[in-house]
Amino acid sequence: MTHPFLEKTLIAEKYPKEIEGILARFPTKKSAVLPLMHLAQHEYGYMSEEAKREVAEILGLDPTHVLSLAGFYSLYYEEPVGKYVLEICNDLACALRGADDFVEMASHKLGIPVDGTTEDGLFTLKTVMCLGACDRAPMLQCNLRFEENLDEEKFDQLLARLRQETDEPAVVEKIVSYANRD
Amino acid sequence: MSDLITLTIDGVEVSVPKGTQIVDAAKQIGNDIPVFCHHPKLEPVGMCRMCLVEVGLPVRDRATGELLTNADGSPQLNFGRGLQTACTVQVSEGMVVRTSTEPVMAARKSVIEFLLTSHPLDCPICDKGGECPLQNLTMAHGAGQSRMHYTDKLKLAKHVPLGDLIYLDRERCIQCARCIRFQEEIVDDPVIRFHNRGRSLEIVTMSEPGFDSIWSGNTTDICPVGALTTADFRFGARPWELTPVASICPHCPVGCNTTMSTRREAVTNGRTVIKRIMPRQNESVNEIWICDKGRFVHHFADAADRLKTPLIRQNGELVPASWDEALDYVAGHLQKHSQAAAGLAGSHLSNEDFFSLQRLFREGLKSQNIDLAKRKMAGGDVAAQVGLMSGSNLKELGQGDAILVVAADLHNSAPVWWLRVKQATDRGAKLVVANARPTRLDKFAAYALRYEAGQALATINQLLNMAKVETETAVTNDIVAAAEALIKAENLVVFYGHEGLTYDETDALAKLLGNLLLLENEDGQSHAGRLNNGLVPVWPHNNTQGAWDMGIHPAYAPGYKPVKESGLDAAAIYTAVADGTVRALFVAGADPVGDGLMADRGKLDFLVVQELFMTETAVLADVVLPAQSWAEREGSFTNGERRVQRYYPAIPIMGESRPDWQIFAQIGERVGLGKPAFAASLVFKDVARVVGQYKGMDYRTLAQVAKQWPDVGGEDLYYGGNAYENRWGLGQQWPVAAEKGEVAHFDIPTVKSASRDGLQMMHTAVLYQPGTLVNHSGVIKPRKAEPTVALHPDDAASLGLADGEPAEVVVNGTAVPVTARIDYTAPTGLALVSGVPWWPGTAVAEIHKTAVAQLAAD
Amino acid sequence: MAHLLLRHRDIPDLHKIEVYREHGGYEGLRKALTEMAPQDVIGVLRSSGLRGRGGAGFPTGVKWSFIPKGPGDKYVVINTDESETGTFKDRELSEKNPHQVIEGAIIAAYAIGAKTIYNYFRGEFMDAAYAMEEALREAYDAGFLGKNILGTDFSCDFYCHYGAGAYICGEETALINSLQGELGQPWSKPPFPAVEGLYRKPTVVNNTETLANVPLILVNGAEWYTSMGTEKSPGVKIVCMSGHVEKPGNYEVELGVTYRELIEMAGGMRGGKKFKALLPSGGSGPVITESALDAPLTYEGLTPHGSVMGSASVIVMDESTDMVWAALKMLHFFKHESCGKCTPCREGTFWMEKLLHRIYEGHGTPQDVQTLESVANQIGGRTLCALGDFAINPVLSTIKHFPEEYRAKVQGASNGQVKKVAAKTAVPS
Ligand SMILES: Cc1cc2nc3c(=O)[nH]c(=O)nc-3n(C[C@H](O)[C@H](O)[C@H](O)COP(=O)(O)O)c2cc1C
Ligand code: SF4
Ligand code: FES
Repeated sequence: MTHPFLEKTLIAEKYPKEIEGILARFPTKKSAVLPLMHLAQHEYGYMSEEAKREVAEILGLDPTHVLSLAGFYSLYYEEPVGKYVLEICNDLACALRGADDFVEMASHKLGIPVDGTTEDGLFTLKTVMCLGACDRAPMLQCNLRFEENLDEEKFDQLLARLRQETDEPAVVEKIVSYANRD
Repeated sequence: MSDLITLTIDGVEVSVPKGTQIVDAAKQIGNDIPVFCHHPKLEPVGMCRMCLVEVGLPVRDRATGELLTNADGSPQLNFGRGLQTACTVQVSEGMVVRTSTEPVMAARKSVIEFLLTSHPLDCPICDKGGECPLQNLTMAHGAGQSRMHYTDKLKLAKHVPLGDLIYLDRERCIQCARCIRFQEEIVDDPVIRFHNRGRSLEIVTMSEPGFDSIWSGNTTDICPVGALTTADFRFGARPWELTPVASICPHCPVGCNTTMSTRREAVTNGRTVIKRIMPRQNESVNEIWICDKGRFVHHFADAADRLKTPLIRQNGELVPASWDEALDYVAGHLQKHSQAAAGLAGSHLSNEDFFSLQRLFREGLKSQNIDLAKRKMAGGDVAAQVGLMSGSNLKELGQGDAILVVAADLHNSAPVWWLRVKQATDRGAKLVVANARPTRLDKFAAYALRYEAGQALATINQLLNMAKVETETAVTNDIVAAAEALIKAENLVVFYGHEGLTYDETDALAKLLGNLLLLENEDGQSHAGRLNNGLVPVWPHNNTQGAWDMGIHPAYAPGYKPVKESGLDAAAIYTAVADGTVRALFVAGADPVGDGLMADRGKLDFLVVQELFMTETAVLADVVLPAQSWAEREGSFTNGERRVQRYYPAIPIMGESRPDWQIFAQIGERVGLGKPAFAASLVFKDVARVVGQYKGMDYRTLAQVAKQWPDVGGEDLYYGGNAYENRWGLGQQWPVAAEKGEVAHFDIPTVKSASRDGLQMMHTAVLYQPGTLVNHSGVIKPRKAEPTVALHPDDAASLGLADGEPAEVVVNGTAVPVTARIDYTAPTGLALVSGVPWWPGTAVAEIHKTAVAQLAAD
Repeated sequence: MAHLLLRHRDIPDLHKIEVYREHGGYEGLRKALTEMAPQDVIGVLRSSGLRGRGGAGFPTGVKWSFIPKGPGDKYVVINTDESETGTFKDRELSEKNPHQVIEGAIIAAYAIGAKTIYNYFRGEFMDAAYAMEEALREAYDAGFLGKNILGTDFSCDFYCHYGAGAYICGEETALINSLQGELGQPWSKPPFPAVEGLYRKPTVVNNTETLANVPLILVNGAEWYTSMGTEKSPGVKIVCMSGHVEKPGNYEVELGVTYRELIEMAGGMRGGKKFKALLPSGGSGPVITESALDAPLTYEGLTPHGSVMGSASVIVMDESTDMVWAALKMLHFFKHESCGKCTPCREGTFWMEKLLHRIYEGHGTPQDVQTLESVANQIGGRTLCALGDFAINPVLSTIKHFPEEYRAKVQGASNGQVKKVAAKTAVPS
């Protein structure tokens, strides 16, 4: 990679090898935009303006392109979110198994409305469409990690565990690991 | 395109080329299938669903492949399961289309209903009201009443600036994506996009400045509703109050056909003003596009500080005078100096102006000292020999053809040519670009040849030599490959400009390129003189071609007739002004002092300036004559493709100003040239008599029109407001000598090349170059080019300059303040200077870091 | 019946390549590459009668045969976007039996002459994709991917790609656009992907489950496959059972079982409640009621009942379910997922949700129900892709089968009192 701006961008600095790996799998640079946005979001916590401009810079796109995608795809957050984003599926199949009540409980427990973030910046609560785990409802994804067959007790345990966790949220490890194949 | 397909639409048979969409086929027989997202200049997308029709295909026997027939012998048809979008489905043989059945009508009605559910229905205050496809189609197909609960309507932002030039009304937007697609497909500036999805789709931009594209205004034309509007026209007038007047864009050599929409206004005390400029369709010139300079830089015509009366210097002051006084005064002084008089013109003037000016000098004053004030570029005489053949159209270039662009940045200096060249490459034409620095065309080039500053001629010479060699030589480098592509091309169009070149270098360059066009291929065929082949000079201004044709040249009389004894050229005139050899100078439509070409009035005895504004040169004059802008009068310009085109008077005359040609003729009358003509059309008659190339042209023939395709400015209900139909004239392209087989090869003059020691610098073009016109057009101010020096990081480092730091460059001995920009794409060793007055060629760079005035600490 | 697709349920650690190979893994690939010409592979697939498991049910062998022969880039794209409400089969396959999907895809690539395979995962399926990545590493190491596979001159690469949360990206052209880094909006076909697909090159898009069938068909032959299922719908299918059943989950069955049997397999109705209705194809097919429960699970089985098998994601609802609420939930989904490209879907789903919400809340009038129906019919058949048609199904079918529930809501409104049927169900916002 000899892109003149690469050394200036944060994610390019941090993940040069991964980016190279991602770019190598497509005949066009543009195809790498979603994976790079995943990386950028991990780095910045959300698709901030800088995050968008960085991805655009690396791929030689107009930043408007990245903005456009950030708005289209629901996994990208355009506003800051908590360290853990708890996304509860309350689509029909889950709702038939109590997901709506579960959302209400979670909201009460965290003391925030849906789409809110706790004051300590730890949790954001969201509801989402079907996540493909309807047989294990109620369920949620926490930074893309699925937590299934939940009830109030398990939810409490989950919160307790997350409050103690000091590691980075585990998402990026997965996003980048696949790019590391030789 | 001989593959014709025959189909039947509502019982009418029509044959159209293979690949045509049903909508366009229907349009040819006057069947207007309503559309919103479809636009014949854009790729089909089928997203608005307005054009749904029934499509039946002939049924074939599976086994034999025979067409099956009904009992009555008519072909059996399969109408499939549902309606299809006429804008995406291509015609096929025997297809039967029904466009007015009950299901089709029901579909149209429901699409209109959907589009209107959350529409604000604010037609009474909408800019598009009156020329709005949505309004028109609602009248034709819409229901009378909304079934949506009023409270369920979406309420969205209404005045969203996408940038300083274009505003978005989110409530009016119908998400057809025409604007987005235009920006991406046609002009490769994908700076606006949809954000979100579903009903939340919204047009956004993240470019800096917002909607950063020199094409942005076109999106307001093709927007089928009033969602996109221009900053200077929005809420400015209702379309039906506007009087359209045909015009020609006065900025660059493309010569885009435009329409000025004018209106009488209370705020201007009843004066008629230009409310907007829109493209006028000319498929051979600009199709239906114009750049934002053409659209927004017209406000100078209405500027309050226009000159309104003649001024004569008395006791050191310029004071108003009558025309008779002024004309007598000027005529007397010019006549007194006769051959010691010189004339310099700007290249914005009309053919009629140029013709009258040279007549005044050549016939009236017996002086051949006549030239363009900014003599940047040679080759008019070469183009007269091997220029683009008459009848050519860049739109016809594609697969198998080649285009060569040398020393020009088309994007900045002739935007619509950039667009048309780019589109030719989209169609498969091979592009070769040669320049000292990268330009926006490189991206589309098969070969981008980069030469060092000063090496343009050597490079083209090499290219020519390679092309001469038998083509079997192994392809070893880009030059060889490019040469092969050029010589083997079916058609070859060559553009050349003057970036980094002196006048003499452009002369040699034009001739080298002329020889390239004259080279014969294996079959003994040369490109010159064939349709869609030839040379196109990228002239610095809109009518530089006309100036050459009319003999604004010390060595050529009108029609390229060499004069017996050449007069002084511009450079010599400036020297002569300084040393006193020239005693009287007439400057028309130019500002040599402001442009840094002339220091002061030197040893002149008499200086007369004919202008729109009080320029730096005018301030020094003995007499200042107020001229009319192109918007107030009629005339003709000749574009770089040598198409002579007419423009028409749109607004009332400013003060007592007169057309330039008339002023020259009235002075001429006073030096014995006889009565002036009554009208520009009569001057043009003289032109056609004297200039062989213009033979057979007059104001009637220039105004001839023909049916154009695609039909976007016509009577239908859905392209309304996209562009103006051309009812005023398509112009005429004059024939070059090569068309009659009349040229031999050009002798190439030897040109002394400049010193090549150390860091070089060269002037580069920018669209919104500060100058008399741009400076006087308010809306474009935020985009006006800043004086800048762009440097490769290595060069910047050695000069100790960082991005954004102030510096000064020394141009023609004067230090000009600029801002330094680090540009990774700039070649090393070459500083690119822009936004400052032009100078010729390349020069050893004198660039200093400016000490930032230290603000008092604390 | 032993599982064919969900074999991991019978064989522990099947996701590991050694285990997979011990159980006949990559035999199909070996056979194809070393014993068969590409067109023979396509021939076998055609005779097997395998049809797409992604929902549309297009015959797989026929689809492959559309790819132009000869040189030039071609692509195989695996559709693991699986975002249909109630669908979770591709996730289990990718996570637990990834090699079978990989093997199927390589065979597809060989058959059409593609050198590159992309597996498009919905962005939420990180665990599944991770398992797939591990399996890919193994497959490369074992020489089933990369250069000169199994010593032949066939070479092929395989990459996973993550989407980012958009149901529409399951639609094949939207998926391709998304993979190209564009907005995930579908395009109007033609051109079909087989002619102009990824990077404008001929492309086969197949569902994950579809491809998982392929290795077995090659090993055991077309006849073996057609011996299962029904004549027109041969083979096996994974059914995703969710909602009010005792044991929700994936069930692999031979095509042709009845919906009643499926509910029994899933442990019957939860808490012994009475069956009311089911959505046979996630949210996108019309609901069916008791009278259709004996229909077979086949591509044609539900036609007489006005519905479809689709992806076979069966959402079961018991007597306590408010059908207006269920319709609203689904409509909310489709409105949320409408890409916005075409007018009827973008505007129609938005409007319908407003109407249905009003009705559900008890503020609607009989006129609103009529308008709702008419708006739905204005969408049907007029959209650019099938999402628009999907969106109206739950609404029109609930109006058809449960008119009294709609009536009850709007009567409440005309009586001036608001009546809610199921109290404890939150309304999508
Ligand atoms: C809105 C919409 C969503 C779809 N989602 C999926 C999906 O998640 N997975 C899938 O395999 N096919 C999905 N499809 C079907 C695909 O377009 C395509 O038909 C399928 O991937 C082809 O594979 P198959 O022939 O193996 O079934 C969807 C179609 C539509 C219209
Ligand atoms: S039907 Fe819906 S999802 Fe499909 S193209 Fe139209 S708007 Fe997009
Ligand atoms: S869908 Fe055909 S014109 Fe829009």
